[in-house]
Amino acid sequence: MTSIEQEVAAYILQEFLPGEDPSELTPTTPLISAGIIDSIATLKLVNFLENTFAISLAAHETDVDHLDTIERIGKLVEAKRA
Amino acid sequence: MPSAGPLHRLLDEPVEARGGHLAVADGGGDGQLTYAALGALSDRLRDRLVAGGVGRGDRVGIYVRKSCDSVAAIYGILKAGAAYVPVDPTAPASRNAYIHDNCRVKFAVVERRFEAQYREELGKLGAAPALIVIDDVGGGKYLAQALDRLDADAPSPRAETVDSAAEDLAYILYTSGSTGKPKGVMLTHGNAVAFVRWCEQAFEPRSTDVFSSHAPFHFDLSILDLYLPLTRGASLVLVPEETGKEPKALADLIAARRISVWYSAPSTLSLLAQFGDIPGHDFSSLRIVLFAGEVFPIVHLRSLREQLPAPAYFNLYGPTETNVCTYFALPAAIEAERTEPYPIGKVCSNLEGRVVSPDGEDVETGKEGELCIAGPNVMVGYWGLPELTAGAFLPSTDGKRWYKTGDIVTELPSGDLRYVGRRDRMVKRRGYRVELGEIEVCLYRHPDLREAAVVAVLDAEGGVRIKAHLSMRGDKKLSIIALKTFCSQQLPVYMVPDAFAVHAALPKTSTDKIDYQALKALG
Repeated sequence: MTSIEQEVAAYILQEFLPGEDPSELTPTTPLISAGIIDSIATLKLVNFLENTFAISLAAHETDVDHLDTIERIGKLVEAKRA
Repeated sequence: MPSAGPLHRLLDEPVEARGGHLAVADGGGDGQLTYAALGALSDRLRDRLVAGGVGRGDRVGIYVRKSCDSVAAIYGILKAGAAYVPVDPTAPASRNAYIHDNCRVKFAVVERRFEAQYREELGKLGAAPALIVIDDVGGGKYLAQALDRLDADAPSPRAETVDSAAEDLAYILYTSGSTGKPKGVMLTHGNAVAFVRWCEQAFEPRSTDVFSSHAPFHFDLSILDLYLPLTRGASLVLVPEETGKEPKALADLIAARRISVWYSAPSTLSLLAQFGDIPGHDFSSLRIVLFAGEVFPIVHLRSLREQLPAPAYFNLYGPTETNVCTYFALPAAIEAERTEPYPIGKVCSNLEGRVVSPDGEDVETGKEGELCIAGPNVMVGYWGLPELTAGAFLPSTDGKRWYKTGDIVTELPSGDLRYVGRRDRMVKRRGYRVELGEIEVCLYRHPDLREAAVVAVLDAEGGVRIKAHLSMRGDKKLSIIALKTFCSQQLPVYMVPDAFAVHAALPKTSTDKIDYQALKALG
């Protein structure tokens, strides 16, 4: 995992998956489409991404196409910071 | 009351009289259809379907994201005389293929992004409906392109719009089934038109109104959205699924599109009240707020009402089998001392209601009983399930068909009905019906699980959380991620449990059945 991915994974484990085996959360684990993070959790995640990486996400970027896996989140953050 | 002609004929007048007026807009982009364009595009699909042999008594599936394209497809299917069967584009393809195979759709309109998996799943079931594949959605242009391609191969001659009878099916909406498979609620043109006529009288829509369409088309709240504005010459703005979950974007859309009539499940309005920055938006066009599908926690309703005092608010109630059957107009201000949710109100003027005991006798006024509904909104039955259908009605003693809602209510001194709870194991999540038994059937397919019992627990704000209690074979350990992923491959995401608890063995009653009361007490 890239350092961005690692930071996002650590946040998701701590906030939404207490007690989970960290090795289960891979860069391609479906998050939204498998119900691992619900709509309020998604709002929290967006808030975390905006604050941690000093980026701003538009509404259309907070959907399953952009945020469903840690890999996609990492790409979105990198694109925003570039 | 005007005649109960077919549902799609209600669109004829605005197409004739207001052809240039906006009918439908994609809230997520610039796609839109005027009445003339909606009429013409739905006519083209009708022609294609009729040329393909579709007619009265047939079913046609829709597996397309909510868009101008899917609205035109719905009207086109109805015009061809068939019933439409919409599925949840976010649900697993296996579930959607099951639904379309179950009711034997002759054709299906499907989006390219779902096509391969859908074909594969249909193939496993031995089903092969003809498919009209559209490349994407937006503005109706992708449906038009797909029809252009088909016309280039073989043009379809102009067909007549079918004048369906009141008892012909207009749509089948599948809801969660306790036996592990979704069940199809069959609704007729007569059912739908009776409901639309009641809405006209209750809410007096204007041709200048702009309605929001929040509910997906497989959910029965969409019936109001699809047919009330579009048969009155008003406009409909389709709220994209992702915007519906993002309160700020939703608030932007309501303001920018000058929405005047809003209808959704309370969960969306709760999010809007908490995170939508309502004071930072101009909602002056909003005049009616309708909500239905679940209990609205009073804390969020109060907050919404305080931030947004101008509109009239209505609590609508009714299962898919009856559509809206009771409603309650909220008072101008929420009483400071109120902690209980509002009642579901009085039975709609076009229907009749009874509150009955388990043996089917009317209870004394004020006592708890099951709400039963009779009248023109009430479904024909469940597709292919005659026994389940028979069991859904009271044994007939008065010649009327009394649908048993499964909801326990009491009548208040005001005459309003108060919702008390369910008589079975169905719960509501974000307005959707969830049979806890269907989740258990899914879990039991997992090879490592020995026992599964799913319960609903209330959170601090009165929302429903679904918790699965499990015991495993051997000393296998399963992660939350693995369990949720497993469930989501078979169930729509709103049915995936929020939490899992693993036990050495599940608690049992003295008769060796799983003790659900003990599990519920664990929270």
